[in-house]
Amino acid sequence: MAGPAGSGAPLLVVKDLKVHFPTSDGVVKAVDGLSYTVERGKTLGIVGESGSGKSVSSSAIMGLFHGTNAQLAGQIILDGTDVLTLSENEMRKLRGRDVAMIFQDPLSALHPYYTVGAQIIEAYRVHSDVSKKVARRRAIELLDRVGIPQPDRRVDDYPHQFSGGMRQRAMIAMGLVNDPAMLIADEPTTALDVTVQAQILDLLQDLQREFNSAIIIITHDLGVIAEVADEVLVMYAGRAVEYGKTSEILTHPEMPYTWGLLSSVPDVTGDTSAKLIPIPGNPPSLLNPPSGCHFHPRCAFTDKVAGDLCRTTAPELAPGSRGSAHLKRCHLPDPETIYQTEILPEIAPDLVEVLAEEGH
Amino acid sequence: MFAYTIRRIISGSLLLIVMSMVTFLLFYASTSHPERYACGQKCTPAQLELTRKALGYDKPLVEQWGKFARGFVMGRDFPDNAELRKAQPDQVIHCDPGCLGLSYTYTSTVNKLLKEKLPVSISLALAAYVLWIMGGVILGVTAALNKGKLIDRSIVALALVAFAFPTFFIGLLFLKFVAIKWGVVKVPQYTPLMDNPWAWATGMILPAITLALVYMAGYIRMTRAFVLETLTEDYIRTARAKGLTKRKVIGKHTLRAVLTPLVTLSGLDLAGLLGGTIITEKVFNFNGVGKMSVDAIQRHDLSLVVGIVLLVAAIVIIANIIVDLLYAVIDPRVRLG
Repeated sequence: MAGPAGSGAPLLVVKDLKVHFPTSDGVVKAVDGLSYTVERGKTLGIVGESGSGKSVSSSAIMGLFHGTNAQLAGQIILDGTDVLTLSENEMRKLRGRDVAMIFQDPLSALHPYYTVGAQIIEAYRVHSDVSKKVARRRAIELLDRVGIPQPDRRVDDYPHQFSGGMRQRAMIAMGLVNDPAMLIADEPTTALDVTVQAQILDLLQDLQREFNSAIIIITHDLGVIAEVADEVLVMYAGRAVEYGKTSEILTHPEMPYTWGLLSSVPDVTGDTSAKLIPIPGNPPSLLNPPSGCHFHPRCAFTDKVAGDLCRTTAPELAPGSRGSAHLKRCHLPDPETIYQTEILPEIAPDLVEVLAEEGH
Repeated sequence: MFAYTIRRIISGSLLLIVMSMVTFLLFYASTSHPERYACGQKCTPAQLELTRKALGYDKPLVEQWGKFARGFVMGRDFPDNAELRKAQPDQVIHCDPGCLGLSYTYTSTVNKLLKEKLPVSISLALAAYVLWIMGGVILGVTAALNKGKLIDRSIVALALVAFAFPTFFIGLLFLKFVAIKWGVVKVPQYTPLMDNPWAWATGMILPAITLALVYMAGYIRMTRAFVLETLTEDYIRTARAKGLTKRKVIGKHTLRAVLTPLVTLSGLDLAGLLGGTIITEKVFNFNGVGKMSVDAIQRHDLSLVVGIVLLVAAIVIIANIIVDLLYAVIDPRVRLG
């Protein structure tokens, strides 16, 4: 895998992961050949529309498909162990201890009938043989660490007594209680308002520095990616369509789908003449995805590709014109020019001027 | 919570008063003549008039109800007419406060009759309740965890059969084959629990199963649906993501959520049964409130009918209050007010 690499062996290596769900209508290919790596202390952002397979791929890392009818193939190597080869019981012991997950809507992700403290204590005691008292102290300590005021009292509150931001903090505390090396945050800020979103993201980054954990952050918000992710993987229809360093991908995207995502980000501080352009159409059915490039029915640039290539041949995820660290799955021969001349002026006219002045 | 309880008790009492009025009114509107049934077939007009007076039916309806209400608060004496009481003081029946009236068919106060029959109905209802909750939850959870497999389909199919068969049919079947033909258990008979617990249990088992079956069928399907629904909840995924064992995910996190609606529903269902189960009591010849209520209606025994109606209504109202209070205890999100 010629992905962006750093020093040392990566904590998580996902190789050619496939998650297929057999249904009465046929096989749903929710994830179809996904590969990426995450290193300790680094953050990978996975971005895509609903149904692009981003959550499914991370649930696979958590081993949540063990014992279901989902068909998994490929490798998920976490700290040297391929979790796909583990039994359900071995996987269970890994869950929450080596890899923890923070879910999207903390109100529904926390059990309504148990106190926040009880749920954190439970998460701790599954993996550590400690007394309730010790576990309780640990829960209070973590609630304090994630910024819950008066943690020794709030520990006995029920989730509904917490505000949205506090619930997400409590979820994070629960995720971190066993010092997992790998933390997966599945749209951790989607259900929160904007100021709280920023606080939660800051908290995650602080904790990452403190615990040196690897984080996968799943989102459809490129703003979140820009803020926290070191690398970004753009997913479409169960596959990676663009993958590289965040600074690189966000400034020089080479895949029309990424352009579409960038065009649909509203910017309150930005130029008012900038257009908000949604991607036309809907994500394809994973039961029967389009031929060739899965994105071609929604792509406005198929005419720039010679012949009928987009419709007939699926492009490989391969390095483009910007070096081996930037992978894209697209037939376009010169995406950089199109982006600079056609996309950027539409979505960020002022940025074009700045770049022009710099003699870019 | 205290203020809430008081408020509910007051509104419940008002409801009972209204219920008693409605029952009086309906009985009066039915143009039946209870005094004729009370007097018997060979009844002279003079005797009939005497009976009317003795029962108090010669008075206007409002006064009858007023006497009933007054009797409930202060107690009263029967016969209703003061002259008759003076004429035959040895036949006067006193009824203590809380008086629900005098049943002419039994020549006994309604309270005494209910006190006698209620244990039978309560025993039956409680025994059935235990059976149907246990069976319903165990089979329902089993079915849900094996969704789509043979065991699930068998349980659902059996539940459907149990649900479809009328109680009297299942009851008679049990009585004829299990008790009489095969002699697996002795013919059902009520023995007070305090007298002989073993005899109570063995005598109760067939009627209780009969009564439980139809409820159990419903509860199997409900439990199954609740479990399947709960298993898709985000917090169950969280529980799994923590690394909890399947036993804990199901036995603790799932069941806790499933039991809440079941407690509510079953509390109300049980309340409906405590006031007597007509068919089961009839089939097994149990002298409970259910059987007595049918007899009372057939004999136009107004006092007894009113008494039973009010008792059942009171049980349902109290059960409602208890279930609501219980709900606040079970579900931390519920606040009463």
